[in-house]
Amino acid sequence: MSEFVYLYRGGEADRSPEAAQQIMQKWMTWLKDLGAKGHIKDQGQPLDRTGKLVKGKQKTVTDGPFAETKDVIGGYTLIEARDLDQAAELSKGCPIFEVDGSVEVRPVMKMSM
Amino acid sequence: MEPSDHLFRREAGRMVATLTRIFGVHNLALAEDVVQDAFCRALEVWKFRGVPENPSAWLMATAKNRALDVVRRERTARTFAPELGRLLESEWTLVPVVEELFGATAIKDDQLRMMFSCCHPRLPEDAQVALVLHILCGFSVSEIASAFVSSHPAIEKRISRAKKVLAASKRLFDIVGDDDFSGRLPAVQRALYLLFNEGYHGASPESAVRAELCQEAMRLTGLLLDHPLAATPATHALAALMCLHAARSPARVDSAGQLMSLFDQDRSRWDLRLAAEGQRLLDLSATGTELTEYHIEAAIASVHATALHAEDTDWGKIVSLYNTLMAIRPSPVVALNRAIAIAQLEGPERGLEEIHAIAGSDRLAAYPFYFAALAELELRSGRQQAAHEHFQTALAIARNPMERQFLQRRVAACTNLVPQTR
Repeated sequence: MSEFVYLYRGGEADRSPEAAQQIMQKWMTWLKDLGAKGHIKDQGQPLDRTGKLVKGKQKTVTDGPFAETKDVIGGYTLIEARDLDQAAELSKGCPIFEVDGSVEVRPVMKMSM
Repeated sequence: MEPSDHLFRREAGRMVATLTRIFGVHNLALAEDVVQDAFCRALEVWKFRGVPENPSAWLMATAKNRALDVVRRERTARTFAPELGRLLESEWTLVPVVEELFGATAIKDDQLRMMFSCCHPRLPEDAQVALVLHILCGFSVSEIASAFVSSHPAIEKRISRAKKVLAASKRLFDIVGDDDFSGRLPAVQRALYLLFNEGYHGASPESAVRAELCQEAMRLTGLLLDHPLAATPATHALAALMCLHAARSPARVDSAGQLMSLFDQDRSRWDLRLAAEGQRLLDLSATGTELTEYHIEAAIASVHATALHAEDTDWGKIVSLYNTLMAIRPSPVVALNRAIAIAQLEGPERGLEEIHAIAGSDRLAAYPFYFAALAELELRSGRQQAAHEHFQTALAIARNPMERQFLQRRVAACTNLVPQTR
């Protein structure tokens, strides 16, 4: 098994309280299901969509957001899968696709190659 | 843990009401933004960590903290609720005041205040109902449009106009002070009555939506019952009529999903607990001197609720109640129901006479059950051909698949009886 990180991007839209709750429940179901199948190494964390950006030799500090809303990373999860293809396949159940978001699937690099 | 159904929607109404109390009614949009933000946070955090032990408290605390941030950041640029004025200006008073406003009793009062504010005399009744649903029940524009079988743009326009009127009223309705509480109360009762009716009799095809409208109307009526000034005999009667009708709803649709008329319902499926609660409320409403349409309608529902079988119904009592109802709030639909009751008591020919005598029956031209009633009575009088035609007319204007199916069955019932003339 290898490790992968899911980076969740975008998918934030105005929605009614009822719709928001439904999306949340879909996420909970999806993550629970992945966990039950032994694919979750670390459920991960949500990330606030604001923050600060420190940049350059001058170490200039600017206030976020740093990207277009659709590109902001809203959270991550650490996944275990056979290979990159399987990790990508597993991500297809993510409810973020229903709200125009995307999942970036990135292999975690290992020490011993 | 799993969040309870409609948790966000329920909390949305409470949060907007309390935030508007702090920010002032002219900042309603700001309150809605803060609530939206709180839900985004809840959604983001809960989907990873699960729902906290007390989700309502979590949401309220998030809204409270955001309210404090907003007041601190914008108190020089914006004016907030005029009646709180100076209390929000100083750090010494800001936190305790906001804490208090987020207390349980205050939150209840805030919802009441908002309810009274939404029923502004400058707003037409349909706008009041839409506004109550939107602000206090957390329904989005598209959810309201689907519940009312209306278009999204039409509802959006109705709500945004209504919000303008609300924002221009400068401050929320004052439920403890000088505002005319008992003068506004009937408008609030009426809006809740219409909300309930939309759920119970409305045209929305989705039964889940309809049940929710009824539940919301009952929840908000419960808030009125909890408030000493709002818990009048009329409010008790209104709550009674909702309970007595809701008690019948499990039997309105049979196990095959077919709409059942009151005569054919399996009465063992009626909700006895709700019926008893309705009866209790009806008894409590029988004080004072004011007789409202809610009293009469609840009394009619109570006569039905106490009849074990359709044939045991005391139609004489029902006819006399409808006579009273026609005297205090006449309408073509009330007249139609009265005619049906008369048909039960005195026979179908008398019922038909009464239906044909309804004043303003052109207002029933789009109401399928007007033609269905004509058809049933023609059928009982042995005139299958006429019955068949009326059922066809009713079928042509059926408002949803359930009504259509129901009427198709009735059309078929006459066809079987009609001698094959062609």
